[in-house]
Amino acid sequence: MSTVKLTIDNRQVEVEAGTTILEAARSVGIKIPTLCAWTERNHTPGACRVCMTEVEGQRSLIAACVFPVAEGMVVHTNTEKVRQARKMVVELLLANHPQECNFCVRNGSCELQKVAEFVGLKQVRFEYTKFPKEGMIDRSSPSIVRDSRKCIECHRCVTVCEQIQTVSVLTPAHRGSDVKVVPAFDLPLIESNCVACGQCILVCPVGALYEKDDVDAVWKALQDPTKHVIVQEAPAIRAALGEEFDMPAGSLVTGKMIAALRRLGFDKVFDTNFTADLTIIEEGNELLKRVKEGGTLPMITSCSPGWIKFCEHFYPELLGHLSTCKSPQQMFGALAKTYYAETAGIDPKDIVSVSIMPCTAKKFECQREEMKSSGFQDVDYVLTTRELGRMIKEGGIDFVNLPDEDYDAPMGEYTGAATIFGATGGVMEAALRTVYAVVTGQNLPSLDITPVRGLEGVKEATVEVGPLGKVKIAVAHGLGNARKLMDLIRDGKADYVFIEVMCCPGGCISGGGEPIPTNNEIRVLRSAALYQDDGKVQKNRQSHENESVKKLYDKFLKEPLGHKSHKLLHTKYVQRGTDVPHKKAE
Amino acid sequence: MKAEDNELLKEFSSEQVEQLNKIINKYKGKPGGLIPVLEEAQVALEYLPISVQKKIATGLNLPLSRVYGVVTFYSFFTMTPRGKHTVRVCLGTACYVRGGKAIYETLEKEFGVTEGETTPDRMFTLETVRCLGACGLGPVVVVDEDVHGRVKPSKVRELLSQYK
Repeated sequence: MSTVKLTIDNRQVEVEAGTTILEAARSVGIKIPTLCAWTERNHTPGACRVCMTEVEGQRSLIAACVFPVAEGMVVHTNTEKVRQARKMVVELLLANHPQECNFCVRNGSCELQKVAEFVGLKQVRFEYTKFPKEGMIDRSSPSIVRDSRKCIECHRCVTVCEQIQTVSVLTPAHRGSDVKVVPAFDLPLIESNCVACGQCILVCPVGALYEKDDVDAVWKALQDPTKHVIVQEAPAIRAALGEEFDMPAGSLVTGKMIAALRRLGFDKVFDTNFTADLTIIEEGNELLKRVKEGGTLPMITSCSPGWIKFCEHFYPELLGHLSTCKSPQQMFGALAKTYYAETAGIDPKDIVSVSIMPCTAKKFECQREEMKSSGFQDVDYVLTTRELGRMIKEGGIDFVNLPDEDYDAPMGEYTGAATIFGATGGVMEAALRTVYAVVTGQNLPSLDITPVRGLEGVKEATVEVGPLGKVKIAVAHGLGNARKLMDLIRDGKADYVFIEVMCCPGGCISGGGEPIPTNNEIRVLRSAALYQDDGKVQKNRQSHENESVKKLYDKFLKEPLGHKSHKLLHTKYVQRGTDVPHKKAE
Repeated sequence: MKAEDNELLKEFSSEQVEQLNKIINKYKGKPGGLIPVLEEAQVALEYLPISVQKKIATGLNLPLSRVYGVVTFYSFFTMTPRGKHTVRVCLGTACYVRGGKAIYETLEKEFGVTEGETTPDRMFTLETVRCLGACGLGPVVVVDEDVHGRVKPSKVRELLSQYK
């Protein structure tokens, strides 16, 4: 690779040819403000014009994020002209932005606020746009709210939806000052193929995309003395919630999280990990049954509701490959209002079942028609990690200094196999540990199955499982990667037995409900926290070692894939079809 | 003709749908085919409603959102039927002060439609423009290619009668 020498702010810089001014400046510690750029995914549309710099010999100011360096180029990032231009750009953006910062969901984590601070903005001299009271906020989805008033047209959401998730719901439409990001035909989100993954929320620099807030409904339930309010938390919450309180990314805060939930007034604090272990027992047995009886293979995991909806829209003819197991959240919900209600002697109609999820699609999932096997809506409310963070703050709880507390019985025990569900590859690893033990009668030589860990898009491995011989498996995270595997299956070219798919890149630890920012560096740290929970904290590391799950089978379910399991823990899928055709993954 | 074309047949003749299928097949699998398909489809069908955009998206294997984004970006494309004649009222400064707005309002009342819309009988599409460079003739109304100067609200009906 040839290199280029240039001068930035009187400093000699040598970088690879083709580097942008922005990257070159960053490489020597010179900061240039950006807003539309999302460099981790090479999204630099040059749209916001905040990254203005002066390049000698150029007639006008240059957007640093898109302009490549050249030999001998002389760049100035901090002249009067540059500073004034950047101020003006931000001033104009703010003049066309609702003045609602104080109660905006992104107050404090807003990139527009940060950029305004960066450029030293002291006033907005222009008249603020008056937005109509109605019609610009789309609340149709149970998961995601779109507020087009706040959109600054950076189009990061379009990129993540189209290129990473290959769902392609959002598009820039119309022209000039009328441009706005919308689903096709400006239809409400609920009428589109949106899978509710919420990755658009994670990349939105402002408050134009956010989770539908269910905090008030949960407060109301907690205040109601006639209700018995219980809560479950997904594994990914304990690896990320600390970030909402400025703890370093990767802090494992299980004990503090439990303590905080008790202080908020939940009557019982249980764990989704309990039903993650249960999922492994049911799903493992389902896999063995399919292998033995010649059922549809490869079987694909079904924990991730965004992935399920994606499959229902884009691969309806392949729904038979999905495991019929409900997700751990929904298994928990169905058991809470049957098994737990029975054990505790509480009328299920008085139970309010809340779940804390890293996921916006879970809000959609809990409202699905199929998720009422207890005779009631199995899970009543889903809160994201961010919503729980806000509740804890609102409740006046000093999270960082809370003592560690432990889960309630009987739905609070878990193994290391359950906790790694939160990272890509985790369900596969957990399943293989138990399947191997069931088939061979002994433990895997090493419980760490490292080829399925990490952020590579599609991971493959072959495991020797006693009499079953070589078992080929694959793991995909992010729907673009899932699509690659689905196309192989459709074309009859997939020789896998078992596939794990997680909707979000990195798995649940970077779900659409997780703390902002979420990037690859943070994904690695959050995953590491879960592997630490598995390898160092938990006594048992295999789902079939969970004593509470054994008790559940003894006292209530009787056997895996049995009559009760079938009624409460397994589900059916819907052929949704799509207006958007199949797109071959590249 | 396939069952999926039923939606299209509510609005278009079977010949038109056949033509649309031909246009799509001509560009299928070719990169950059979307704009020529939209262009030719609009010539054949006169406008590009949702049903046509869905058909094109499926045919070219493109996300529906992309098709919609392109259709709304280019002013040449229209999602609503256009009238046989296009009536443009100038609302530039000169025409405006000489009564352009009153002309526009008269036309709105006469047609029963507002800017950008087409009369139910598909005879006229009403549009406004900002200055045609014929300020000396203001207020100006342009019907198709014909420029009419010094138009008075009372003469609007008479003017339109030439275009029935």
